[in-house]
Amino acid sequence: MAVNTHVINAVDLLRLTLPEIVVGLAALLTLTLDLVVLKGRAAAVRWKAGALVACAGCAGAILLLVLRPETATLYDGMLVVAPLTQMVEAVLAGFTILAVLLSVDSDFTQHIGEYLALMLFATAGMMVLVSTRNLLVIFASLELLSLSLYILTAFNKRSRLSAEGALKYFLFGGMAAAFFLFGISLLYGLSGSIQMSGVASALETQSLTPLWMVAIVMVVTGLGFKVAAAPFHLWAPDAYQGAPTPSAAMIASSSKIASFFVFATVMVMGLTAGARTWHGPEAAWVPLLAVIAALSMLVGNLAAIAQSSTRRLLAYSAVGHAGYMLLGILANSELGLRALLYYVITYGLATVGAFGVLAALEKEGMDEIDGLAGLSRRAPWLSFCLLIFLLSLAGIPPLSGFFGKFFVFSSALHAGTGLLWLVALAIAMSAVSLYYYLRVLKQVYVRDPGAGAGAIETSLLMRATVGVVALLVVVLGCYPDLLLNWIDAALRAMPH
Amino acid sequence: MLAWTIYISFAGAALLMLTPRASARTARVIALSTAIASFAVTVAAWCRFTPGEILQVARVPWIPSLGIGYHLAADGISLTLLLLTGIVAIAGVLFSWNVEKRPTEFFALYLVLIGAVYGVFLSFDLFLFFVFYELVIIPKYFLIAIWGSTRKEYAAMKLALYSFVGSAMVLIGVIAAYVEAGAKTTDLAALARYPFPLHFEMWVFPLVFLGFAILAGMWPFHTWAPTGHAAAPTAASMLLAGVVMKLGAYGCLRVAMMLFPAGMDAWGFHVLGLGSWRGLFAVLALIGIVYGASVALVQKDFKFVIGYSSVSHMGFVLLGLMTLNLIGLGGAVLQMFSHGIIAGLLFAVVGRMVYDRTHTRMLNELGPMRLARVIPFAAVTFVLASMASIGLPGFSGFVAEFEILIGAWRAFPTLAVLAGVGILIGIAFTWRALDKVFLGEAAVGSQEAVKLPPITWAERAGTSILIATTLAVGLYPRLLLDLILPAFNSPLFEGLRRGLWR
Repeated sequence: MAVNTHVINAVDLLRLTLPEIVVGLAALLTLTLDLVVLKGRAAAVRWKAGALVACAGCAGAILLLVLRPETATLYDGMLVVAPLTQMVEAVLAGFTILAVLLSVDSDFTQHIGEYLALMLFATAGMMVLVSTRNLLVIFASLELLSLSLYILTAFNKRSRLSAEGALKYFLFGGMAAAFFLFGISLLYGLSGSIQMSGVASALETQSLTPLWMVAIVMVVTGLGFKVAAAPFHLWAPDAYQGAPTPSAAMIASSSKIASFFVFATVMVMGLTAGARTWHGPEAAWVPLLAVIAALSMLVGNLAAIAQSSTRRLLAYSAVGHAGYMLLGILANSELGLRALLYYVITYGLATVGAFGVLAALEKEGMDEIDGLAGLSRRAPWLSFCLLIFLLSLAGIPPLSGFFGKFFVFSSALHAGTGLLWLVALAIAMSAVSLYYYLRVLKQVYVRDPGAGAGAIETSLLMRATVGVVALLVVVLGCYPDLLLNWIDAALRAMPH
Repeated sequence: MLAWTIYISFAGAALLMLTPRASARTARVIALSTAIASFAVTVAAWCRFTPGEILQVARVPWIPSLGIGYHLAADGISLTLLLLTGIVAIAGVLFSWNVEKRPTEFFALYLVLIGAVYGVFLSFDLFLFFVFYELVIIPKYFLIAIWGSTRKEYAAMKLALYSFVGSAMVLIGVIAAYVEAGAKTTDLAALARYPFPLHFEMWVFPLVFLGFAILAGMWPFHTWAPTGHAAAPTAASMLLAGVVMKLGAYGCLRVAMMLFPAGMDAWGFHVLGLGSWRGLFAVLALIGIVYGASVALVQKDFKFVIGYSSVSHMGFVLLGLMTLNLIGLGGAVLQMFSHGIIAGLLFAVVGRMVYDRTHTRMLNELGPMRLARVIPFAAVTFVLASMASIGLPGFSGFVAEFEILIGAWRAFPTLAVLAGVGILIGIAFTWRALDKVFLGEAAVGSQEAVKLPPITWAERAGTSILIATTLAVGLYPRLLLDLILPAFNSPLFEGLRRGLWR
């Protein structure tokens, strides 16, 4: 049923936000269950029970989102429910399930209920984040997401690295939030509206004054931090390295998906329209984003070469990937948005998978790349999955990472030959990236395990989770249409 | 039916991966039967093939929203190279009969590589072509890094990066062409018909051609080839030199030249006496011929001699392509086939027959062993392979290089003369290697011949297959020329033909 109204109707509101409410309730339930019912039980039981509730909550939200397509815009876009946002929300909830499953075997904390509840709060934040066109609500939900993630990063209280990473993440994040808020306030002052549509129509009628440019730069800074684009990436290596593995997986995958979605929405829907006045037909922020994308590709890929820790390597490669994904935003078209969504979702899968493998190896204390020597003999299944994830990240066909790159790059070129240099740089840098991914795989497959290193025991749940993700990476690469058709259908149903 | 070459190879690889504890014996039997089965499929298709037509194999939409299709087809050129792949694949398994280290993984990667190569030769969709083309890189890397010798990790990484840089250049061209043609299709036939603007072809052609030529070992981007060949295990060297380098040359012809023929037109001005990309690449190919042969003349390592000889012989392929006349182009494709067989044979002698027995490849250490007496079979094989390699009449190398020289004489007379000089140097380095390794003097004081394991049946079988092939093509070249030449008359090469008289 299509709803488009200013009248506050509590029942409609409840119905439209039911998925978010379910996730929030699941969070509270997890917390209660762990602190009241299961108090004093063994950690393994508490993890399993908590994870079960959390997964049930997310699964419930997914079912609601998939089975009940809605189209509604409430309060001028403060809440937008459309097939597209529902699809992204469902994907985000799905990623949370994966992160929760990866955490079941871990032993870094005794505060199990709090940990899982925070994951669900972060998820709720992301779900609100993607379903709003109101800049202030974007800010508020971004903060809900970020604050949860800061705590999730710091959760391993026994590790100094975890504290250090969380502190860096928090300090940089706070600064970025300030920039973002300042940018929003400028946009509000210039346009008199806090809605994206209001900002867009104001931009159409006004000329592009320097103050507009300042506002745009501020907003890009704030969002650039969330997606870890250079030069706002400095928190990423430490947070990835220090955070407990499931938290890192979440930061690297679902938080990235939500942030990129909102980044694209703000740039394409909010700031495109009238900004086409300065130098030509393209949006005024194109040169700015192009420079950030180029920097991200260079910094991320070149710094990754020098890393000796697997997680830091993944962090820098994430910076590089952010550079490629920005090309999807730079395309500034529906095609670009399609490509970006496909890319970021499949990228999230490969990253979650890679972190899943690392989580399984965590008990062996393997963080250094050299520590992976001979892994293929010690844990053949995990090694094979890692091979798939890393090759997908490197963009080797027929894995989904390759098709994502092909799609994003062709959408950028489709927008005009002005981006050819950036596409060429991106392709050159992905050739560089093969080098460091192969460095990891060389340890896994080529080197022999050290003396006395026996087979690694991992739980069936872990192997199954990682295996399912690997299967998805392969299947979505061979049949990209499975995901593309879903995205297309959602985009076509989008209200303009 | 031809599509089964790909599926059988991948199925064989999957079977091996699923039975990691299988014995080495089981693994090689599976690999051999897989290789034979795919070759049988190719031969069956060859028997029913009418020269000049394009054999449609499979055509289904794959990613319809982007116009990408799963389109497999074969013309005479593809079929020639498919036959080559089948023969070299069988011989490669036979020459790796002694692999005992992680055998299931070895043969699984080997079969993935073969399957991907079949895929490249069969693809008639640009996107699909590229997918298979990149799929080749990863098994290559692991085959060398795990089972190789001398500086294997370095050589493997170098080879993987060179290939990936090459394919990155190709990818830029592929995406640019796809978008330029309206982002509606990646079908090769449709793109070949699309009239790309001249200035577009002028920058895309060299980019894509160079990207592929890196893998074909064009000077000065050839340096991955000798190190990679020398470090690789025997079967991988055979495949690398025999088939994978041909992927590069095939890409040059099938993608760069077929889709962007106008890129070979004159620039309209001259730099250093060169007036077009065509002239530039012809000169680079010639430098490759002469330089590869000259460097092979001074190598101390037996395998490097063969590695550099590959660079030299692949130079002939590229020169043949750049002649742009029918005889030169036909010669180039025939040379791809012929060099694939001969290089496979040479690497089998060096890697399997000599190195696996003596554990050295240094020419000065091999000489005193008097190998001609200890393993006469290897000596005879190497003499025959050398005769084929230097282009003695009766072997396939003669026909191919002769045609290329005639083609080059019509297009660039000076270069043809210099390429002739390259052939002379080729005779010199081959003779030198033969003399030093097999006809060397015994070391002073040791009259006793070294004891080495005897030649196995697998080696004899592999050798016979390869020698029989090169002789068959050498004595009756129409066997393949009747396949190759009509293929250039198909509408696909319309753009190329229009440029022929220019």
